[in-house]
Amino acid sequence: MDLDFTDSEEAFRRECRAWLEANAPREPLPSGDTRDGFALHLDWERALFDAGWAAVSWPKRYGGREATLFEWLIFEEEYYRVGAPSRVTQNGIFLLAPTLFEFGTDEQKERILRPMARGDVTWGQAWSEPNAGSDLAALKSTARRVDGGWRLSGQKTWSTRAAFCDMAYGLFRTDPEQARHRGLTYFMFPLRAEGVTVRGVDRLDGDEGFAEIFLEDVFVPDTDVIGAVHQGWKVAMATTSSERGLSLRSPGRFMATATRLIDLYHRYRDRSDPVLRDRVIQAWMDSQAYRWFTFQTVTRMMQGESIGPDSSMNKVFWSEMDVQTHETALALVGAELELDEGSESAVDAGAWMKGFQFALAGPIYAGTNEIQRNIIAERVLGLPRK
Amino acid sequence: MRFAFSDDQKMLRDTVRDVLQRECAPDVVRAAWEGHPDGARSVWNTLAATGVIGMRASEHAGGMDMSDLDLLLPLEETGYAALPGPLVDTAAVGIPLLEAAGTDEQRERWLAPAASGEARIVVAFEDQAVVPHVASADLLIAERAGAGFCVPVSEVSVSAEQSVDRARELGRVSLELADRHRMRGDVDTRAVFALARDRAALGTASQLIGVSRRMLDMAVQYAKDREQFGKPIGAQQAVKHRLANALIEQEFARPLVYRAGWALATADPDAGIAVSLAKIYAGQAARFVAKQALQVHGAIGYTIECDLHMWMKRAWALAAAHGDSAYHRERVGRHIL
Repeated sequence: MDLDFTDSEEAFRRECRAWLEANAPREPLPSGDTRDGFALHLDWERALFDAGWAAVSWPKRYGGREATLFEWLIFEEEYYRVGAPSRVTQNGIFLLAPTLFEFGTDEQKERILRPMARGDVTWGQAWSEPNAGSDLAALKSTARRVDGGWRLSGQKTWSTRAAFCDMAYGLFRTDPEQARHRGLTYFMFPLRAEGVTVRGVDRLDGDEGFAEIFLEDVFVPDTDVIGAVHQGWKVAMATTSSERGLSLRSPGRFMATATRLIDLYHRYRDRSDPVLRDRVIQAWMDSQAYRWFTFQTVTRMMQGESIGPDSSMNKVFWSEMDVQTHETALALVGAELELDEGSESAVDAGAWMKGFQFALAGPIYAGTNEIQRNIIAERVLGLPRK
Repeated sequence: MRFAFSDDQKMLRDTVRDVLQRECAPDVVRAAWEGHPDGARSVWNTLAATGVIGMRASEHAGGMDMSDLDLLLPLEETGYAALPGPLVDTAAVGIPLLEAAGTDEQRERWLAPAASGEARIVVAFEDQAVVPHVASADLLIAERAGAGFCVPVSEVSVSAEQSVDRARELGRVSLELADRHRMRGDVDTRAVFALARDRAALGTASQLIGVSRRMLDMAVQYAKDREQFGKPIGAQQAVKHRLANALIEQEFARPLVYRAGWALATADPDAGIAVSLAKIYAGQAARFVAKQALQVHGAIGYTIECDLHMWMKRAWALAAAHGDSAYHRERVGRHIL
């Protein structure tokens, strides 16, 4: 055990910090889940990529710097510490790319990864369907074999930022004879092509962060299938596990939120009480607990272990911590909490109410926490499925 | 950064686990409850023979010169087994206290016997009058009036108190402070005992992780075995989610305990805060797991025929010992706010 960062990890931190402090936007950008904000976020993504910070853990040939997982965590800590913009490339870099690294062909990696990381081609996920949410294997969208590829039909929903993105990825039923998780194939498909209709859906906070995708006989070439035909479930599960686990939510984000909460507490301590004070302490401690838990997990990964269903514990913990932290902040703000981002006098420009509403999605997306708890009970503790 | 135990540390854990599995079955704990501590005493001697009890002592005194961190996994196993006896006091706190602040005579007299398992040490911090296992111990190290005292238990007046965890053999001590028992005056006594307090809290936290694990194991096994409505109760989502929550609490406490062990072993300036986090999370996890385990067991869990109660009561006692959540949260609060 060595819980000190190595000299090279410390050097990496200094390098991240220096670049981010010099280059991160001084003022928060408009929400990346709005059309205008999305474009501004893409400018930032390009700056990140051009300086080699867009995907630090990737191989250099794709624009990364071959950072270790710990260095990636360090980057994230520094990234959120300076309050840099949310990553609108996230669904590509952190969810699709790990799948491509594991299952993609060399051709796919060459073609897709660099434009993804530079924000030149933007990606949305397309998992859920109107009748396949938690029960993803109930999905009905189909892919029909045609010359040189496939024709996709069906409806996907809750596709994050799909209203602004160029491409998406998801599962389609390629073998109509097979049920549930058999006979599915993992496809990448265009969002701005003939037969595709994308309809933005306003989220709880009013941003057009969601979309529905309607597909009617949309052509996709064979080269946009990831992994083997009919083996899509296995390929997709590799992505969902990284979505639940580390890649979606590294500790740096929550440590930064806890630091901002402590700052808020100092400004509002006159109207605080011992109960609220305890909740502020708890929020800080939880972010620390998540950090050390993650360091332990990452050590296991670097030793070649696969994390598997343990990632569900991560997801439950960070998502519920995030809600509690924002609830504590709103309790400190008191009656002014209802002043949201559109109000001049909103506390911290309405960031707490905005963050609270976003946090409320955490226990729902990437597999609801009910599903996560089932996974923990059945696959970690070994309780019977039925 | 590398957050994992070494193979040697895991081997030591496995040795302790094997000893406890062989020799410290629940009936040994139950016998201690009923006033028959011989079985537990014999486990103590076997553990001492493996070197675990004296591992913090210097080699000169028959120890292994090992660190706070090295002791964590063995202590966790003793929590899992609910081993009765002052193991944290002797191995994690008392021996390092003697090494740091014992006079030559005190070290000569007590260190080797403590390391070999013959002598058991209990510690009473300032303001602490009720001491677990004092009656069956040999040496009381007491912090009184800002100084340290090494008092043979034969010279201490002990009146029995009853713990909810009968295996803890509580005693209320009263002692006369005699110069011949004084520990060294040329050390920073306040700092030495502050560190000892952190060691006591951390050792307790480590045992609490083991206590949690055992209760969760019992509850999971019960949920698999017990059938109602024609299927195991563990197939019911309400039961699953309870146990999933229990696992999450436990597993998020665990790295905080290990990290605090590292911090103490390396004299990290933030070690005290790390210990407080460890104690808070381990205590809360153990109490939470106890509640879930009881509910999953249903009525049988609410009896003292079922072994679960011995671990639940250990959890309650240890969660409050050496600083409860409120105490440690206040310490963290002063640090960050």
